[in-house]
Amino acid sequence: MRSDRSQSAPRGLKIAAAAGLAFLHLPILLIFVYAFTTEEKSYQWPPPGLTTQWFAATWARPDVWQALGLSVQVAAISTAIALVLGTLCAAAVSQTRFFGREAISLLVILPIALPGIITGIALRSAFSLAEIPFSFWTIVLGHATFCVVVVYNNAVARFRRTSGSLIEASMDLGADGFQTFRHVILPNIGTALLAGGMLAFALSFDEVIVTTFTAGQQQTLPIWMLEELVRPRQRPVTNVVAMVVVLATLLPILAAYYLTREGDQIAGAGK
Amino acid sequence: MTPAVAFQKTSRHFGAVRAVDAVDLEIKPGEFFAMLGPSGSGKTTCLRLIAGFEQPTSGSISIFGERAEGVPPYRRNVNTVFQDYALFPHLNVLDNVAYGLMVKGVGKDERHRAAEDALRLVQLPGYGGRKPGQLSGGQRQRVALARALVNKPKVLLLDEPLGALDLKLRESMQEELKQLQKALGITFVFVTHDQGEALSMADRVAVFNDGRIMQVGAPEEIYQRPASRFVADFVGSSNVLPPDFVQRHAGQRRWGSLRPEQIRVGRDKSGDGVAARVLSRHYLGAATKLALDVEGLRLHATVPSGTAVPEDGEHVVLSFNRDQLHLMEEQA
Repeated sequence: MRSDRSQSAPRGLKIAAAAGLAFLHLPILLIFVYAFTTEEKSYQWPPPGLTTQWFAATWARPDVWQALGLSVQVAAISTAIALVLGTLCAAAVSQTRFFGREAISLLVILPIALPGIITGIALRSAFSLAEIPFSFWTIVLGHATFCVVVVYNNAVARFRRTSGSLIEASMDLGADGFQTFRHVILPNIGTALLAGGMLAFALSFDEVIVTTFTAGQQQTLPIWMLEELVRPRQRPVTNVVAMVVVLATLLPILAAYYLTREGDQIAGAGK
Repeated sequence: MTPAVAFQKTSRHFGAVRAVDAVDLEIKPGEFFAMLGPSGSGKTTCLRLIAGFEQPTSGSISIFGERAEGVPPYRRNVNTVFQDYALFPHLNVLDNVAYGLMVKGVGKDERHRAAEDALRLVQLPGYGGRKPGQLSGGQRQRVALARALVNKPKVLLLDEPLGALDLKLRESMQEELKQLQKALGITFVFVTHDQGEALSMADRVAVFNDGRIMQVGAPEEIYQRPASRFVADFVGSSNVLPPDFVQRHAGQRRWGSLRPEQIRVGRDKSGDGVAARVLSRHYLGAATKLALDVEGLRLHATVPSGTAVPEDGEHVVLSFNRDQLHLMEEQA
């Protein structure tokens, strides 16, 4: 037993781990602190005073609501598209064997492996080549390219662990394709889809690079925040929005993590 | 009488692979029919053709007189017990068993009552609330059986259903399946690679090799009068005798087969019979199996326990009744 788990790690390692975590998370805390500062023109440390007035100020700003609304709509629609396409693609790749299966698998994953700037430029030139005006839908399309990947990855992993004979058993017992999907496939891949969907939503919600290339005059929330940083007034409003976004995206990601972890146990229980 | 299942020149080819090749087969209603063969011999593909998971490349299949080509699995009155049981992991045992009735639109109370009855039939009453993951292999097998039987199929297909069970459980399930089949009167079609299982359970056995049926017949017939060298060797490891040997001892130039238990081993060297030398001995409990060298030919003989067993390397004399030496149809 060389790696005894109950034995405590050396002190140096503990300090290094703590320093690493602090480096990762203190800046986020800083954002939270600045949401309460009384200084509105620059980020001054320590904050000269604390106030909650920026919450009311943020609430009253119509441009915040507009950007938030757009982001939610874009994320919701691209996630919906990704759920349908990603699931279908995962089903095809994992349930059947055909020529070029591995190549398709790679091509689907490519958009998330490529730098966002490549996807952005590619989409922008494709849109202008096809003379499609930049609009809400071009943003949705841009986001769907990487949302599909997330859903596909989750679904394909679950499909691989789901025995193919379950589908045959269902058909054998008299269920047609739709009934089999509804009663056997969906319950078995449901949590994977929920997790994939949540991750896709979160990814779309804070996407900047692809959006700058595919948006016209519209401002999604992250774009709005970028522009807000160069404006001299009401800076803490950005921090308030950032804080809300952190909380709003952290919860779905945590939920997704727990859902897929439980999924392991469900899938393992069948064997 | 309309056969339960009939194959007419049925083939299923996968590219160049002839999984099932021009098979003619008739399974009678109410019969316990076994498809026996080594892996890759086409027996499972035949089962999948009946279930509807595969479609024939050529030839026809009919189930109780109705043409089955192009009919999807969910419109056939045939159910399958899968090799890995394929129980739905997200449903409890009762809902697993009631699944077939559920998709047919039977009401909840009625289908749950039918599922309880089916569970009682396979001796698992009161197990409805458990999840498949909480059951042992033998129990899952019974649930899979109940899930198929609750639909009252005309033909029940079983794909190596006892393969994953340990020996003791397998023997008791063999008896139970046989009794169940008699009581229900349903046609059972059973795929196995275990010749003992096929012989002990089935009314008739079809022996498969390379996508073709080598012989169909009652277990005694297959065992006592194998039609070819393959059947003789695969079913119960009979001694396959080459034409030269058969001509010397039975007067006809044909391939022959002789069961190990039909050979008498005498230690009296002066006696009448075939001289042989003992190569090795394998103690099997009820008998001892001897490997013998006869004029360069390797034969097996079994000696019941209780009688004296010759030593390794000892010279012995073999004798057998000439009418027990079975001459095969297959030409030399």
